[in-house]
Amino acid sequence: MSRTLVYVEDHEGEATKGSLGVLGKAASLGGEAAAVLCGSGIASIADSLGAHGASTVYVADDAALESPLPQPRVDVLAKLVQEQGFDAVLFASSVLSADVAAGLSARLDAGLNWDLTDVEERDGRLVGKRPALQDSVLVDVGWTEAPALGLFRTGSFEPGEGGGGSAEVVTVDVPLEDFSTLTAMVERAHEEKSGPSIEDADVIVAGGRGLGEPERFSLLEDLAKALGGAVAATRAVVDAGWYPYASQVGQTGRTVSPKLYLACGISGAIQHKVGMQSSGTIVAINKDPNAPIFEYSDLAVVGDLNEIVPKLTELVRQRRQS
Amino acid sequence: MKIAVCVKEVPDAAAARRIDPQTKRLDRSGDGALNEFDTHALEEALRVKEGSGEGEVVVLCLAPERAMNSLRKALAMGADRAVLVADDAAAGSDLVATSKILAKAIERESPDLVLIGQQGGDSDGAVLWGSLAERLRLPLVSQAASLELSDGKARSKRQTEYGYDVLEAPLPCVVAVSDAINEPRYPSLKGIMGAKKKPQETLSLADLGVDATEAGEAGSRTEVLSLTDPPSRGDTQRIEDEGGDSAEKIVAYLAEQKLV
Repeated sequence: MSRTLVYVEDHEGEATKGSLGVLGKAASLGGEAAAVLCGSGIASIADSLGAHGASTVYVADDAALESPLPQPRVDVLAKLVQEQGFDAVLFASSVLSADVAAGLSARLDAGLNWDLTDVEERDGRLVGKRPALQDSVLVDVGWTEAPALGLFRTGSFEPGEGGGGSAEVVTVDVPLEDFSTLTAMVERAHEEKSGPSIEDADVIVAGGRGLGEPERFSLLEDLAKALGGAVAATRAVVDAGWYPYASQVGQTGRTVSPKLYLACGISGAIQHKVGMQSSGTIVAINKDPNAPIFEYSDLAVVGDLNEIVPKLTELVRQRRQS
Repeated sequence: MKIAVCVKEVPDAAAARRIDPQTKRLDRSGDGALNEFDTHALEEALRVKEGSGEGEVVVLCLAPERAMNSLRKALAMGADRAVLVADDAAAGSDLVATSKILAKAIERESPDLVLIGQQGGDSDGAVLWGSLAERLRLPLVSQAASLELSDGKARSKRQTEYGYDVLEAPLPCVVAVSDAINEPRYPSLKGIMGAKKKPQETLSLADLGVDATEAGEAGSRTEVLSLTDPPSRGDTQRIEDEGGDSAEKIVAYLAEQKLV
């Protein structure tokens, strides 16, 4: 019977939704599923994890783990895996978890498969499902030896309500390597709650680097207004300071599912796709005929958004007035 | 200040990328190109060097021998030196094997700063830096949307799921940069002409003291079992903007879907 450890990431006193989803999946594999929590003052989260399938919750509670930085967490997980001999260690993808998984892979010389959307046990071995090359091919991936490390794509599993089981809570040591605590967090992100909520919008007009310059977001704002929708942006343009973080769609931003998602000048990298792929209808305008976003659009428009968008705004306005 | 920039060679974006059903590896038989995400790391390295007025920028790559053509583009952009680790025994290396080999190549340079792009444009892998920092036993900063160096420290703003953090790490450290950190320059004609004369070194695994059993499939801990076609999302309708009536066609489509 296999033993799986799930790294449960926390934020503001709660386990992340993605981590709980992966924990539920691990429990459904049939073997034993354990969870590990790393942080400072996070013990209260431990009790809730039994309901999501954990039989044991390992808690590393230490001031050195207060900031969400990966390297001290690698120290904790490495020791735990070495002592307990887990067959697999699974993570829900995030900025933090990806770095923890990669560090653990190197520390233990353990194979890491990323971007997984599912996992199953086949003939006693773990097999991961991974869409690759812009999701144009589905790959079954394996691990040649234990422990198997897996990083799951955002939104792969919904957290279940669980059967209300209770987990044994075990406190673990925090052994720190000299280099693990050198990176310091000078300023920690505060959730930016200002701005309109794009999660509730029925129509989203989104812009990416293909807009060319930040001022062109005004074209999208006009169109969104005509359609009665909200404006969203990709990580690349938010990082570049063109549009506020609160409007970002994708892996590190919001996950949206409006009735209509109109993507303008967005190439459609996987990180963006995971945040909007469940939208009802996807229309993409891009001048690059090979833009990956066209692969998952309902309507693919090859052309110059600077010409098309203002005209589209005008036509939608006329239609609304008539 | 010595800066090592890790770059990857990926199949040219203009060609359709595919996985070879025989080897179950990415087909790299066509033209190769410098991974675009890594050109942001190189640009940042060049800016640091130019800003301080001194230093050396070395590009490091693990790839088949002909990848030196792609590394010349990095030299044309302004890198001082290229080191290519090329060895048949390294083909098919996964994260465990790749990070082991690259870490040895970096250690050999003892750089003050290691820079790397935010993902492989072919594999969508966004994990290598975490493994490299671990093997090098150096502090790590990832997703850096800015980089400032002062008093022997690197300070970066990084984006996470919750907004922006500011991180600081003492040098030497590993920094993975976001593609929003800068706009990479185009090589100048002078740069292109000068690239050929810059030092270009090709190393084998033996040169780095890496045993062949630690590289390639032998040194890997993951494997590809099988490939299948994904379920189709349904037919995509396509409009090419000929005649300038795309906006009309979009409205007609939205009306048909009862979305306007």
